[in-house]
Amino acid sequence: MVESKTDKDSFIRDENGVILPTIENFYRFCGQRKLMGVKCSRCQTILWPPRSICRKCFGDKFDWIEFQGKGKLMTYTIIHFPPTQFQALAPYAVGIVKLTEGPQLPGMIRYVKLEDLRIGLNLQVDFESTVPKEWPRWPRYFFKTSS
Amino acid sequence: MGKPIASIVSAGITKFGVRDGLYMRELFAEAAKEAFDQCPNLNPRRDVQALFVGMMSDSYEHQAHVAPLFLDWIGLTPNPAFRTEAACASSSVAMRTALFAIASGMYDVVLVGGVEKMTHVSTTGVTEILAMASDFPFEQWHGISFPGIFGMMAVDHMHRYGTTEEQMAKVAVKNHEHGVLNPKAHFQKCITVDDVLTSRPVAWPLKLYDCCPRSDGASCLVMTSPEIARRFTDTPVNIVGSGQAQDTLSLFDRENFSSMKVTRIAAEQAYKKAGVGPADIDVAELHDCFTIAEIIAYEDLGFCGQGKGGSLIDEGVTHLGGKLPTNTSGGLKAKGHPVGATGTAQACEIYLQLTNQAGRRQVAGAEVGLTENVGGSASTGVVQIYRRGD
Repeated sequence: MVESKTDKDSFIRDENGVILPTIENFYRFCGQRKLMGVKCSRCQTILWPPRSICRKCFGDKFDWIEFQGKGKLMTYTIIHFPPTQFQALAPYAVGIVKLTEGPQLPGMIRYVKLEDLRIGLNLQVDFESTVPKEWPRWPRYFFKTSS
Repeated sequence: MGKPIASIVSAGITKFGVRDGLYMRELFAEAAKEAFDQCPNLNPRRDVQALFVGMMSDSYEHQAHVAPLFLDWIGLTPNPAFRTEAACASSSVAMRTALFAIASGMYDVVLVGGVEKMTHVSTTGVTEILAMASDFPFEQWHGISFPGIFGMMAVDHMHRYGTTEEQMAKVAVKNHEHGVLNPKAHFQKCITVDDVLTSRPVAWPLKLYDCCPRSDGASCLVMTSPEIARRFTDTPVNIVGSGQAQDTLSLFDRENFSSMKVTRIAAEQAYKKAGVGPADIDVAELHDCFTIAEIIAYEDLGFCGQGKGGSLIDEGVTHLGGKLPTNTSGGLKAKGHPVGATGTAQACEIYLQLTNQAGRRQVAGAEVGLTENVGGSASTGVVQIYRRGD
């Protein structure tokens, strides 16, 4: 059932060809510049990150949905002392963004002057164009001010 | 007042700080030895039936399977030994595991402890090991450090309630003042609000002096069933309430970033079991991994109303000499935070306070104590309540 990870465009699917609601598949969609979540087929709850058991009704069938990628900044911080792989970027902002569709996503906030950051700021998702070299080689999404 | 669940009859704690050249097993043995030596009526080989130990990371010393290792190093093989991991709450969860073992009647004398050896690893290395307690695909992968998680809580608290950087700084100043009175504390110096405000930023609004240090250390308790505690000491301390709750591993999925749901639920369980309320607490050890965490703890434990934590520190209520002194040991901020050792170290301080052995930091006449320990971004929360048993 699980395919090789070497082809980054191929999704992990079940025996019927349905793209499974997994973290790996979420990031493969990011590689196609799509910010995706899932909706529970039984209770219609939107879940992000995708998961295999609905935490509201315990359903296990989901449909992928694409988010518009727009939301508001709920909280943030400015990282001055980062983990090794992010050192070249410091200081940088990270925050939690509440999407129009409801889910709350953590992520880096880029191309915004640090002094302009404030709670309630309108943000828009974007995607890095390069894929990191280190495991697990997921393409990253991030947020920027919405135009 | 609730019935005792278990009793603490002795406690041992190493000096916290930079303990160059010592390994976890040696630090653990040092704490265990002190706990044994403080209890002349205890014959460890004859009496101690099991070991429960909390430790967070195998990465520091490339060492896993530590329960038998520590057990061997204190000479207690072949007794059963159990290791728990709940990030910064690892040894509080070990304590609760020991409570279950005692309450079930399986054992009536056990050793409980925690340890971490961190300072031989670079600050960057420690940052990465600690970050393992956050969500890898959605927090670590996006450059969110551990201080960053608490930084986001602090920004939310400031926005919602008007909490200031000065109020957070006062938590650090208080805990350093208390640490000076504790010979086992990592830091032995007072600092000023200005020192905190001008220290270098780590994850704004948190600065270096808002963050606890990385430390080496270990702590141990001898716990017994309440019925036999007096065989070992005339002054046992009873655990009369205990609560634990879990939340999402990551911060982003929560309803409220300014409150720790796990602390509120664990406190409710512990207060109910103990038959006491916040007003009955004489002394408390709180999880001040970052200064904002102590302010949030005041609110979630009911020491003040929601959003009033900043005022509580302003009013001096939680200083030694105040109505409800918190972190008389110096807390994680000044005593130090060898992650796995912290839960049982908090219990050690309450044991010393309730048995009138806390020296220059003694809270006069303290009878009821509380510990609050959280793991990760408050994904684990443990609250326990203690009462003098004499």
